[in-house]
Amino acid sequence: MKDVFIELEKCQGCKSCELACAVEHSKAKTLFAAISETPLPRKRVFVEYVDGKRFPIQCRHCEEAPCVAICVSGALSRDESRALVTHSKERCIGCGMCVMVCPFGVITREMGSKVITKCDRCKDRDEPACVESCPVGALVFTDMEELEKTRRRGVIKNVLIGGFKAS
Amino acid sequence: MTESEKKSSDLASRYMLDKAKALGLETIWDHYEAMLPQCGFGELGVCCRMCLEGPCRIDPFGEGAKVGVCGATADAIVARNLDRAIAAGTASHSDHARHVALTLLAVAEGKAPDYKITDVGKLKQVASRIGIKLDKKDNLTLAKEVALAALEDFSRQDVNIPLTWVATTMTPGRIEVFSKLGIVPHNIDANVSEIMHRTSRGNDADPVNLLLGGIKCALCDYAGCHIATDLCDILFGTPKPVVSQANLGILKKDAVNIAVHGHNPLLSDIVVDVAGQLRDEAIKAGAKEGINMVGICCTGNEVLMRKGVGMATHSVSQELVVMTGALDAIVVDIQCIMPSLSSLCDCFHTKLITTMPIAKIPGATHIEFHDDKAVESAKKIIRLAIEAYKHRDPKKVDIPDVKQTAMAGFSLEAIVEALSKVDAKDPLKPLIDNIVNGNIQGIALFAGCNNVKIVQDQNYLAMVKELAKNNVLILATGCGAGAFGRHGFLTSEATEEYAGPGLKAVLTAIGQAVGLNAPLPLVLHMGSCVDNTRAADAAVAVANKLGVDISQLPVVASAPEAMAEKAIAIGTWAVAAGLPTHVGVVPPVLGGPLVTEVLTKTAKDLLGGYFIVETDPVAAAGKLLDAIRERRKGLGI
Repeated sequence: MKDVFIELEKCQGCKSCELACAVEHSKAKTLFAAISETPLPRKRVFVEYVDGKRFPIQCRHCEEAPCVAICVSGALSRDESRALVTHSKERCIGCGMCVMVCPFGVITREMGSKVITKCDRCKDRDEPACVESCPVGALVFTDMEELEKTRRRGVIKNVLIGGFKAS
Repeated sequence: MTESEKKSSDLASRYMLDKAKALGLETIWDHYEAMLPQCGFGELGVCCRMCLEGPCRIDPFGEGAKVGVCGATADAIVARNLDRAIAAGTASHSDHARHVALTLLAVAEGKAPDYKITDVGKLKQVASRIGIKLDKKDNLTLAKEVALAALEDFSRQDVNIPLTWVATTMTPGRIEVFSKLGIVPHNIDANVSEIMHRTSRGNDADPVNLLLGGIKCALCDYAGCHIATDLCDILFGTPKPVVSQANLGILKKDAVNIAVHGHNPLLSDIVVDVAGQLRDEAIKAGAKEGINMVGICCTGNEVLMRKGVGMATHSVSQELVVMTGALDAIVVDIQCIMPSLSSLCDCFHTKLITTMPIAKIPGATHIEFHDDKAVESAKKIIRLAIEAYKHRDPKKVDIPDVKQTAMAGFSLEAIVEALSKVDAKDPLKPLIDNIVNGNIQGIALFAGCNNVKIVQDQNYLAMVKELAKNNVLILATGCGAGAFGRHGFLTSEATEEYAGPGLKAVLTAIGQAVGLNAPLPLVLHMGSCVDNTRAADAAVAVANKLGVDISQLPVVASAPEAMAEKAIAIGTWAVAAGLPTHVGVVPPVLGGPLVTEVLTKTAKDLLGGYFIVETDPVAAAGKLLDAIRERRKGLGI
């Protein structure tokens, strides 16, 4: 099952993922048209910056999702078949409880409405828009197993072949 | 649709692209692919890198930063970026013009023995127009006065005296409009400098004021272009109709093939002449057919217009010429030269020769071109090409058998000359009569580049078919004219095939009158991109004769595949001149809603001209036809 992972050292803070996310969730799905839509589409990925570190983050689609647990209207639920936390706009009452319990702060609101919105992992696409837009590969869409394997092989490359370089 | 069909409409380009793929050679299309997706902030023009507190970018969706670190709004940032693009374009054309003016001065002072006054008639015409008394002055004295007058447009400090090359070439109505808006320029260099100043940190933050400054700078671009054309005509001759050929098929297996690429005829004109002189050396080296000069981009257009040199290709497909394996040298001067040529030339025997001190490329051989020793420099270059020919690998030679006849050389003087065969006393009358009676609905100028984002030539072809069918007279310059050349639109046959009945009748009548025994070509090739003022002069002449302003004429412009900053500068002065001006690539301005509004709507009230942004070529042609109809209605015709 694929997830969006973040290569922590790679993000340059260009916010291309934020733009691509908003465009993907617009009516027109093109940048030039999306910027004049009413309401404006909202991004669901956020590039944050603290002490020289940049970090793009969106809904982690948690297994034991606090937002799902606290949702009183049943708008937030788990789609186990796709391992996603999904949101029904129709059911949402805009209470904001999920916003309060999300440990990552990645739940936002529709423009001009209390109804929440969050990453839907781009339901119409194979690869999420944010991942596709990243010019440096800071966002990757892959299996956790694949990611781990790449990491393990990286260790072999660095330590056993390339020689460990202390920084 | 094959991969190469998605990249180019041109058969020769497609052939070479397939070959590039087979050989694993990278082209601009691969580089573009690797660049995708391109940055949305850049596409909208809302990225500012003008101070060390940046880079800043404005969130077009209104969630993040609404202003730059300094407080600049999206509109201010977009307008500043646009202004700088206009200034870069202006700097390019006018630096080119300055070089030509200095050479003309050197000729007048006897310091450039390899150049001469070729067109005395043009010299006198330009001198009279700018108010120099002819008296009984000899040609060199007159040339010196014209050169100094041109240089004055680069050095005048009195802001109340307008540029000579604007004041004496535009309609009185235009000058009045420019004066009212406070955008009459006095000095080309000062205005480029002013743009760099006013757009730097902490200066102009008013988007409308910035745009007016940009338009004033674009008028300097116009002046620079006009000076370059006038003075090149004086030095090398005003173009007359000439029949040549276009596309990669003009390369010859048994000749030393040398391409001139770039923009400056000071180099290419001499190189072409010297190539004729060194023919025997090429034959001695084994090239039975001697030396075959071909052109790429606008310096190619310059030598096509004046010497009938064939056009190998233009713009986006310049790399593909090298891949024929038959090109022995590519001699470049300034502008639109892709650095990627260097690594491609490494894969073949082709010598990439840079010649100008401001345009060097790593890996190229640099032979600096000196105006005072022009022939000597040219000989060195040609001999290097002959030497390279000896290392050509015949197994790698693969010239696609694709070429078209191309008639060019339609300077305004040449067009008037042709019209004078119809009406000797009043040459413009037949043109005007046919516009009034509707045989010709209007005039469209196609200018500009190819752009890797658009299937090569696709927009040109789709638009010209639409407009010609609706009896619009088509003029073209630069790589646009090159596109038409590649596809056989610079021919009488194209007129037969695509022109509407009114247009066909007019082009046929003129063709008969000049003894062509066939119609004039569907598209009249007016020269390089710096020669766009030839088309402006045509509009001015018609407007003055009718006693109206350009902004009332059914004349439009289009850069359907624009790429360069130069195209932005030209497009902006076309709007200032009063023309509805189409751009087929979305320019980086949409992030500034006020800027977009001014360029596409308010400009119409202020200047008469305005930008039309439309990426669909058929829809774009429709919009230009609407603009033409609206103006015909305005004139009551």
